[in-house]
Amino acid sequence: MAAITLEKVVKKYGALGVVHGIDLTIAHEEFVVLVGPSGCGKSTTLRMIAGLEDITGGLVKIGGQVVNDLPPRKRNISMVFQNYALYPHMNVRDNLGFGLKIAGQSPAEISKRVGEAAEILGLTPLLDRTPAELSGGQRQRVAMGRAIVRNPDAFLFDEPLSNLDAKLRGQMRAEIKKLHQKVRTTVVYVTHDQVEAMTLADRIVVMKDGHIEQVGTPMQVFNHPATTFVATFIGSPPMNLLPATISGGAVRLADGTAVPVPDRLTGHVRDGMAVLLGIRPDDISPVGHGLSQDGPGAEVALTVDLAEPLGMESLIYTRLAGQEVQAKLYGPRIVAPGEVLTFRLALDRAHLFDAATGKTVRAL
Amino acid sequence: MSAVVESRASKRAKSVALWIATFALMLVMCLPGLWVMLSGFRPNREILAKPPVWLPEALTLDNFGKIFGWGAEQIAIPVPAYFTNSLIIALTSTLIALAIGMAGGYAFARFRFRFKGGLFLGLMLFRAVPGVALSLPVFMLWSKLGLIDTKAGLIIVYVSLNVPFTIWLIDGFFRQIPLSLSEAAQVDGCTRWQAFWKIEFPLARSGIASAGVFAFLTSWNEFALASQLTRSTDSKTLPVGLLDFTAQFTIDWAGMCAMAVIIIVPALILTFVVQKHLIAGLTFGGVKG
Ligand SMILES: Nc1ncnc2c1ncn2[C@@H]1O[C@H](COP(=O)(O)OP(=O)(O)OP(=O)(O)O)[C@@H](O)[C@H]1O
Ligand SMILES: [Mg+2]
Repeated sequence: MAAITLEKVVKKYGALGVVHGIDLTIAHEEFVVLVGPSGCGKSTTLRMIAGLEDITGGLVKIGGQVVNDLPPRKRNISMVFQNYALYPHMNVRDNLGFGLKIAGQSPAEISKRVGEAAEILGLTPLLDRTPAELSGGQRQRVAMGRAIVRNPDAFLFDEPLSNLDAKLRGQMRAEIKKLHQKVRTTVVYVTHDQVEAMTLADRIVVMKDGHIEQVGTPMQVFNHPATTFVATFIGSPPMNLLPATISGGAVRLADGTAVPVPDRLTGHVRDGMAVLLGIRPDDISPVGHGLSQDGPGAEVALTVDLAEPLGMESLIYTRLAGQEVQAKLYGPRIVAPGEVLTFRLALDRAHLFDAATGKTVRAL
Repeated sequence: MSAVVESRASKRAKSVALWIATFALMLVMCLPGLWVMLSGFRPNREILAKPPVWLPEALTLDNFGKIFGWGAEQIAIPVPAYFTNSLIIALTSTLIALAIGMAGGYAFARFRFRFKGGLFLGLMLFRAVPGVALSLPVFMLWSKLGLIDTKAGLIIVYVSLNVPFTIWLIDGFFRQIPLSLSEAAQVDGCTRWQAFWKIEFPLARSGIASAGVFAFLTSWNEFALASQLTRSTDSKTLPVGLLDFTAQFTIDWAGMCAMAVIIIVPALILTFVVQKHLIAGLTFGGVKG
């Protein structure tokens, strides 16, 4: 019903291109998260879907209908803004009911639907307060209530949690997820927080400089990053990338260290190719203290530069082939700087990227 | 413990000092006004007495009686006509200046257009020119156009005097209102026009009210231009009418002060009525940041 489609969507401010021809299809009831660094065009894309920004080129369709020239009010979408944008001169009840009132609903109907929305979000005791009398989390909930009360075809969220502290952010994240399970509606959610993206999304859209780098489920994006950008953007701490050359069926690092080409990639590389070996910190661990102990691996002795104990695990900074590398040690073991440990690289989980293009050497 | 007591004491001393300073300042500002007001209720001979009579022995309404023609004694000054002129001219010019100020202020706050910066600077520069400096050219122009001694003539002058200021003030208030409020309203189903009247206008109301008060007071009190452009009861305003009290050899101070009271009181009432808006300044609790 209310799928959203972007076809070659372009946005320019004068001569300055901000979004460069985006293609994206968002299915009915799907929760899609646009994620990317600051300034990559996420908000602009969302606002073009909302009708708050003119579309320079391409088509935006909602529910099969081209909406390029429709004003926001005719698109049947609702939006939660980063600053909540609650109407300061109205109480919570009127904030929630504003859209219904504009639509000419009867007072009885408005009061019923406002009551339902307030119930879902736990706002019932707050209905008579003004926004100034609410906490950040409560304002956030009112903003969401205002979005659901109209029963729109799609919800658009622009960094709704970025004004909350870390703990509240975690709570509200869970509430948004629950809310989506309750009122199944298409959601487009913008964030630059990859944890939000991973936990909320049915599909993640990773953007960079006005382009889409990769679209996929959180697991696809995490396990099979299409580019070095995605590899380092998704996952924390970021994936280690080591310059290397393919020679004699092995990946040869800058200092001559050679590790075998991961089995699943052997058909995709040729000798002399310049690559980047990508390996997440979780997949470099001291022997006996890693996640996966079986499967193909390579062992190297490395000196610990710095260890950050995090309780049940430690983040270790070390050097491999002359480059700083982050590794993980699982288990409550204390490691001292200067200690030399044998690390195991879990090669079945390693990635190779073409050094010239930054693209993964294996098409998904 | 003692430190707490001490700091409380010093806080108290500070606030007392602040009160005294404020009082002294207010005295300097208000005393002439009070003196004029008081004199409006005193007989001429008491006003002119030497040495001055500080505290009046008896207050009288005779001066107002003379002006409005109740008492035995009457003066031939058509104050009611001046009052009506003043009211019509000040109210009309204020309403027009507010309408233009709202449209202009909103445009400057919300839209991007060519020559925006230059236009804004131009408006501000226009304000820097004292109104009197324009009196001769305006006089010549108005006499060509037949606008001398008409209410419309003064209204046009006051509108153009006030518009730069109302635009500037209202622009500032609209700027304070986050754009996302209007956007949220549009997503909620409003046209841009509805979003303005239902969201942005109520939030800027205190600013618009302040602009209105300033515009009204400017027009209500203006003397220099009005004295050039008006002649008769068709258009003469109260401040210009004050001069009627000066005869060749005498000045009817009591009558003049009584008339000054008539000028001051409506202005005071207006300021009181809207002061709630002037100081209120809505809290923008709806948005964070
Ligand atoms: N009105 C405008 N005029 C010119 N450039 C603009 C305008 N609005 C946004 N931009 C530019 O467009 C680019 C994308 O902006 P956008 O707000 O979409 O970024 P974003 O991905 O949402 O970033 P953030 O995470 O910081 O919110 C930025 O480089 C920004 O400077
Ligand atoms: Mg943004």
